Amino acid sequence: MTPLSAYLILSAMIFAIGLAGALTRRNAIIVLIGIELMLNAANLNFIAFWRFSEHPEALTGIMFVIFSIGIAAAEAAVGLALIIAIYRHYKTTNVDEVNSLRG
Amino acid sequence: MSDTFDQIFVSLKHWLLGYLPVWSQPVISCLLSIAVIIVAFATLFAITTWLERKGLARIQNRYGPNRAGIPLTNISLFGLGQPAADGIKALTKEDIVPFAADKLVHFFAPVVLVIPVLLSYAVLPIGRNMVAVDMDAGLLFFFAVGAATELSVFMAGWSSRNKYALLGAMRAIAQMVSYEIPLILSSVSVIMMVGSLSTVKIVEAQSTYHGLLPDWFVFTPWGFAGFILFMISALAESNRSPFDLPEGESEIVAGYFIEYSGFKFALFFLAEYLGMFAISGLGITLFLGGWHAPFAWLTWIPSWAWFFIKLVTLVLILIWIRGTVPRLRMDQLMNFAWKFMLPMALLNLVGVAIWHFMTPGLPRWLVGFALVVGPYLLLGRGLMAGKNLAKRTYRFAE
Amino acid sequence: MTLPFIILAVLTIAAAVAAMSLRNLIHCALAMVGAFGGLAALYLQLDAQFVGFTQILVYIGAVAILIVFAILLTRGGQVPEKALFSSSWIWGVLVTVAVFGTLAWTIKNSFASQRVPAERVEATVKEIGDALMTKFVLPLEVIGLLLTAALIGAVIIAMRDEVKK
Repeated sequence: MTPLSAYLILSAMIFAIGLAGALTRRNAIIVLIGIELMLNAANLNFIAFWRFSEHPEALTGIMFVIFSIGIAAAEAAVGLALIIAIYRHYKTTNVDEVNSLRG
Repeated sequence: MSDTFDQIFVSLKHWLLGYLPVWSQPVISCLLSIAVIIVAFATLFAITTWLERKGLARIQNRYGPNRAGIPLTNISLFGLGQPAADGIKALTKEDIVPFAADKLVHFFAPVVLVIPVLLSYAVLPIGRNMVAVDMDAGLLFFFAVGAATELSVFMAGWSSRNKYALLGAMRAIAQMVSYEIPLILSSVSVIMMVGSLSTVKIVEAQSTYHGLLPDWFVFTPWGFAGFILFMISALAESNRSPFDLPEGESEIVAGYFIEYSGFKFALFFLAEYLGMFAISGLGITLFLGGWHAPFAWLTWIPSWAWFFIKLVTLVLILIWIRGTVPRLRMDQLMNFAWKFMLPMALLNLVGVAIWHFMTPGLPRWLVGFALVVGPYLLLGRGLMAGKNLAKRTYRFAE
Repeated sequence: MTLPFIILAVLTIAAAVAAMSLRNLIHCALAMVGAFGGLAALYLQLDAQFVGFTQILVYIGAVAILIVFAILLTRGGQVPEKALFSSSWIWGVLVTVAVFGTLAWTIKNSFASQRVPAERVEATVKEIGDALMTKFVLPLEVIGLLLTAALIGAVIIAMRDEVKK
């Protein structure tokens, strides 16, 4: 069986990749994909900790991931709606160019 | 005797596995199940294409394929050789990839379409003890792999760099996403009744006979409504007429697979029919008692034969519908999904809950019946109100 | 480490890197689907069947479709001509390296490596359903409210404003 630390390192790597994408890319949609990847890395951690816990029958890790997936879906819907609204206004999805608050 | 026939494939597999070393048995067992599923349903696909062309032709007052039979002889066998001829044609045709296409995505789209469709057969019980994997979350697995087909449709439509392909893909995705909700909600009614997502347990729950009728879910008020909702959504999910807007030959040529030719086009064709069989098979599992015989005195016919009899019957009904019902418009399609199917499926869930907690008897039937007919009349009338629909009048040239 | 884990891990990481670095936005979204699929397979490997299938249903069936629709609606299907990375990319890389270093160092020095997996754990759908309806019923209600709010909110934000004359 794969040790817990392998899963944790993998999850940390996915988190770092997502973070790098979210911080460095110019397109707002890719930034959103990066955030989704970070959320998923956290989910992998929850499942791994649940599998290696002393009381897996409590199902806490599983429940957390189910709720997290639900929140991620809501986040994606609202985030993409925001991006589309921004695109209508500025005619761009580049996060560098969207820098003024006035309408 | 009937038991031997019923279990003939299961015992054949065990007998074959007995000759193999122990370490290889799980792998070979899996491969055998996969091979049987692929061969059986590919054969059914070939027969169905012929049946469909023949049936549609009869409905439209023509002959349909009647030439291809046994090669090099004059025996035509009602055109039964047509599927083989079509297959050879598709395999030997030139594979054309548009110059502007996104080559990689264009190549992967048919592959991504076929794999999930084949995977979904893993949880279909096609006979007693005949299911590839009995999963605890079997139904969820079926819907999860079904969700991947939307993505491949998008890949095909987008990578072709063709406006018709993209329009077709957008139509297909909008339609699949909209009809997936009533599809899953009508299945949830069965899950609520059985208390399990395992397809095997769902079939088991419909195994008893009650007087003249078997205890299939379709013979309850909520089950009947659920079955109708399920089959309408299934038609839309498999992009068949009257929901074939994504393909719409007369509007957008062929939709998302317009730029595919040769073997890749054959894969799209295959995946469409296999998807139709899979979702009809799920309808049988959920509402029509799976592989159970309709009457107690018919149980001597093997269980797998019953499954395929029901499947072919459903497929024939789908062909009949294709030959009779005209194509919907996009706004009609969406209105139907969100204003009729979704509320009906939600109200049906209430109906199941009430049915589940009432004691069996006449009052339960009356309440269940009222909970199906009432919403249907209200919603149907509500949608039709203000439309000023009159009976169609025909004018013929004298 | 077992061979399936290594294969899945390499595939997931490769897909994630591709999703964050490819030039064409649609390719990014498709690579992201690969990463989500790899993660779902990892969940299945960890005996979390229900969560794995939910991951596929929600992420590949819904979120990925939403994202490709958004890319097409914002005309991102064409290859962008300007620079791929934002002007402050160097700070992003620095922060990422620091975060990953901290995480890796913490994992290496934690008790995690000594943990052994539970013998045979099963999270059947029935158990999950029971838990959702008893112990976790309040979060379930809250998530229902959140999803409804997100639905209405997304529709209102993306709704085209009435043209004022």
